[in-house]
Amino acid sequence: MNPFLYTRSTAATGAIQSMVKAPHAQFLAGGTNLIDLMKMGVVVPERLVDINPLPLKGIQKMGTGLRIGALATNSEVADHPLILQGYPLLSLAINAGASPQLRNMATVGGNMMQRTRCNYFFDTSMPCNKRSPGSGCGALEGYNRMHALFGASDQCIAVNPSDMNVALTALDAVVHIKGPKGERKIPFADFHRLPGDHPEKDNTLERTELIMAVDLPASPFHQHVHYLKIRDRSSYAFALVSVAAALHMEGNTIKEARLAMGGVAHKPWRLHAAETFLKGKTAGDDAFQQASQIAMQGAKAYKYNQFKMTLAPNAILQALRTASGLVS
Amino acid sequence: MLKRTGVPPKGEGPFKGSRRDFLKQSSLLSAIALTPVTIVKAAEAQWDEKVADVFEKVTVNLEVNGIRHTVKVEPRVTLLDLLREELNLTGSKKGCDRGQCGACTVHVNGVRINSCLSLAVTNEGKKITTIEGLANGEELHPMQDAFIKHDGFQCGYCTSGQIMSAVALVKEGRTQSREQISEFMSGNICRCGAYSNIVKAIQEVKNHPS
Repeated sequence: MNPFLYTRSTAATGAIQSMVKAPHAQFLAGGTNLIDLMKMGVVVPERLVDINPLPLKGIQKMGTGLRIGALATNSEVADHPLILQGYPLLSLAINAGASPQLRNMATVGGNMMQRTRCNYFFDTSMPCNKRSPGSGCGALEGYNRMHALFGASDQCIAVNPSDMNVALTALDAVVHIKGPKGERKIPFADFHRLPGDHPEKDNTLERTELIMAVDLPASPFHQHVHYLKIRDRSSYAFALVSVAAALHMEGNTIKEARLAMGGVAHKPWRLHAAETFLKGKTAGDDAFQQASQIAMQGAKAYKYNQFKMTLAPNAILQALRTASGLVS
Repeated sequence: MLKRTGVPPKGEGPFKGSRRDFLKQSSLLSAIALTPVTIVKAAEAQWDEKVADVFEKVTVNLEVNGIRHTVKVEPRVTLLDLLREELNLTGSKKGCDRGQCGACTVHVNGVRINSCLSLAVTNEGKKITTIEGLANGEELHPMQDAFIKHDGFQCGYCTSGQIMSAVALVKEGRTQSREQISEFMSGNICRCGAYSNIVKAIQEVKNHPS
């Protein structure tokens, strides 16, 4: 790993000021992604600003919802009684990702900032507009089996690798951010962005801004939920396609639905049209089949990820079946 | 101690001297080529192995297997390298060095983590337990006994990580079924494929805690 300078911060304001002063600095939280990328030479920060001592760990009730501190570890969130009771979809999604050791280290804020697992991004001998803007996209004409179906550009077809993000998008989370100019909050769905002409930007956070917390609004989705992750082995692998499905049912009628997919876009991919379609429908394969077809509108495959065009709607159908309780 | 190599005298080639000196100097050059500007500037004045000393070192206090240590490390040193290279605790293994294999698993404040992805400097004030800290003198930890009894290894390279993970797994209560054990041991890869015997060892400790 290249040498770098190190600052340990104990207050958010100080941490942000350290970032303002050092133009090539990065925040360090759990480090499970950043240290890996630094070992590979994919990112080479001049300074790390260690935010681990900041008091941003707690999970607590906030109004009718819940506030999760940005430094809460993935394990702490997934195992927390308030999450298990009120937001089991989030727990399922987090536990579908990484390994227990990594979840013990990785934080909520860090997971949100996780970089893509596109092989061309990781391989510094390959072109990648995300790693090195203007160098081209190796995946576009390359081995693009893991890549996007939705919202890609001719600059980048990489996908966001996080499972947690898929659930947080479905649950309408809100992100609290603090920066040199003060605080702001944005809907989770607007946190990550599509690649467009700037694939080097994964999200809308400024470099000097710090994620403070993630708020979950009151949710009726605590019973009929499922997170289905399809991957190359049965555990500890990134998603080819994943589906977060949450249904609020009265008898067999769907009062509200939330659907999002992972492994198919540069950001966690919320399926608004399918959700709207499902509202008021009777739970069952008829409605679920149609919803999964609606969800696929606008999908575009590349040479090696054609299989996802079949896999994705099937995964949506299966996730909805399981969430509804029609099949286990 | 290696002999310090100073600036070559004027009139001599930059790499004149022994092969060893050449290697030292050329690795120094490549190290500097990859180094942030601020550090290079600081280092330029002293064109020799002192460059290593110019790299900022940070003092870290931590407790490893019940023994307190105060060490000065470069920020880029991982907890795994600190344990292995500085504290001579080589039981924790470096497999992939990227958080994918679990051979480096240790407990930090009682929680299992991949020490290869944890910078030593972020462990200030923490309590670390490695495989060397499990046994009570000559008496093995029940999980160590169970791995031996059930042949939970072949080559043994992943074993210390497997055992550290398994001890944490039992504490977490993730041993309700074979499937749950497999899922929550998935961060520890065994290339020899001793998985079924590892599960047996864990089930034994779970069923007969001593």
